[in-house]
Amino acid sequence: MGLRKFKLFRGDSREGTMKDFKVEVDQGMVVLDVIHRIQSEQVGDLAVRWNCKAGKCGSCSVEINGKPKLACMTRMNEYSLEETISVRPIKTFPLIKDLVADVSWNYKQNKNIAPFTPDPDKKDNNGNYIMMQEDVDRVQEFRKCIECYLCQNVCHVLRDHDKKNEFVGPRFMIRLASLEMHPLDKADRIENIKNDYGSGMCNITRCCTDVCPEHIQITDNGIIPLKERVVDRYYDPIIWLWNKLFGKPK
Amino acid sequence: MDSNSLFNTQRSDRWWFEPLWTGVGFLCFVIYTTWAMLQGDYYWWSAGVEGFGGYLSPFYSPLIFINPIVNGAAPIDHSWFGSWPEWWPNLIPASPAILILAGPLSFRMTCYYYRKFYYRSYFMSPPGCSVKGIRNKKYKGETALLIFQNLHRFTLYIAIGIIFILSYDAILSFFQGGEFGVGLGSIILTINPILLIGYTFGCHVFRHLSGGHKDCFTCPNGKPTFRYQVWKGVSWLNGRHMMWAWISMIWVAFTDIYVRMVASGYWIDMNTWNN
Ligand code: SF4
Ligand code: SF4
Ligand code: FES
Ligand code: FES
Repeated sequence: MGLRKFKLFRGDSREGTMKDFKVEVDQGMVVLDVIHRIQSEQVGDLAVRWNCKAGKCGSCSVEINGKPKLACMTRMNEYSLEETISVRPIKTFPLIKDLVADVSWNYKQNKNIAPFTPDPDKKDNNGNYIMMQEDVDRVQEFRKCIECYLCQNVCHVLRDHDKKNEFVGPRFMIRLASLEMHPLDKADRIENIKNDYGSGMCNITRCCTDVCPEHIQITDNGIIPLKERVVDRYYDPIIWLWNKLFGKPK
Repeated sequence: MDSNSLFNTQRSDRWWFEPLWTGVGFLCFVIYTTWAMLQGDYYWWSAGVEGFGGYLSPFYSPLIFINPIVNGAAPIDHSWFGSWPEWWPNLIPASPAILILAGPLSFRMTCYYYRKFYYRSYFMSPPGCSVKGIRNKKYKGETALLIFQNLHRFTLYIAIGIIFILSYDAILSFFQGGEFGVGLGSIILTINPILLIGYTFGCHVFRHLSGGHKDCFTCPNGKPTFRYQVWKGVSWLNGRHMMWAWISMIWVAFTDIYVRMVASGYWIDMNTWNN
């Protein structure tokens, strides 16, 4: 495919610039391959995080020509031959070096979520927890998440408005959805979803869904259903009145 | 590495294309709807024939009050509460559309899809993905001023009622003076509620209420419930909600244009009543 023009971010949290590179690209290469070639042939100390090179570990999240993407799943033939390809680290999280950002904020959010709490009353006669395929299907979609945090990176609530104290971000909204919709789980997280995890901060503009490499319908199947569960509990006067008159359903 | 200015982005593709066409497209609809609403005339056509039947513009349905002396007005017996009230202020046009358009409009304005696109197109919040919007330290999402968006379900109930009314209008359009027939207008007026059904029953709230709020689709006996089947169907529509939103919206406006043009004599309705 010949010589191609690249720009890579080089620097750390204090200073940095975009550096130009020219590099030979072969048929079938992905952006991560080219970054590796630049690393081995031109700048040995270039920092780039990766692991599986198969779109499954979620390590190689970067911004390619401004779009949040997995470097290992972005093929070079997506771009025209003359186009300069710019690669930057994900912007929402603190930079460590070059293309690597510190995403540990996300692990902290995860820890704050009440984990799966199976309801012992739902064991069958043999003492097993049984789940039907129809119920598995709905929550399984959310389990495809590879924790690449591209959705967290693109979400304007975190990225532009920097509301990391008020919103857990789309990745954890779908984790919450997978727990809340689980037929065997008995924990109740609705109050936290509204007050602590910040479901109301999301304005459903869907960038998370647009960038998810696993094509999880984050907004339609995760966040909006959670918002509606919050409405049931807090904003629907008819349900409120019903519960007052006839008591809460179990 | 980056500036804080509006629209700042490293994206090199045409990210602005979608917010631009949706923004302009919807603006055209709003302008036309406002104009048509303020007219107060040429919303009804039955070729001058009295009795059961005629074409009624969806923007004017249901007819709460009628001012029967304007051109292209419906006969007074189509009104729910008779003729136009005396106390109506002169400043506001005596148009039946003014009384009812808030219903369908509130449904669309609080729709999850419309919210997505107008937050992007009009409020730049954000204008595009990884494109800088208006940076706002006080950003509150839908928790403060926009908390009313949580009432979308109540507008859904109104919208379902409107489907019944527009379906009745579709039946009405197959008659003229009590005589059954088919005109191009009848077909246009019949497609209208069908598209609205596709849009309304694919609503996220309907998906939630019809089954989504349940944690278990197979309880109590391990078999998929009826609710689950309904939820599956609604989910299918919901996956295409944006498409239904646009075609149903365009069709409603087109239906009004059609009735208006036929009623004012610019277009001739092809039909079996020979008029
Ligand atoms: S839809 Fe909500 S969570 Fe997803 S990117 Fe937009 S604001 Fe963030
Ligand atoms: S939801 Fe999608 S984009 Fe977000 S972390 Fe998981 S895989 Fe990545
Ligand atoms: S290296 Fe694992 S997802 Fe890219
Ligand atoms: S979500 Fe679009 S109509 Fe309810």
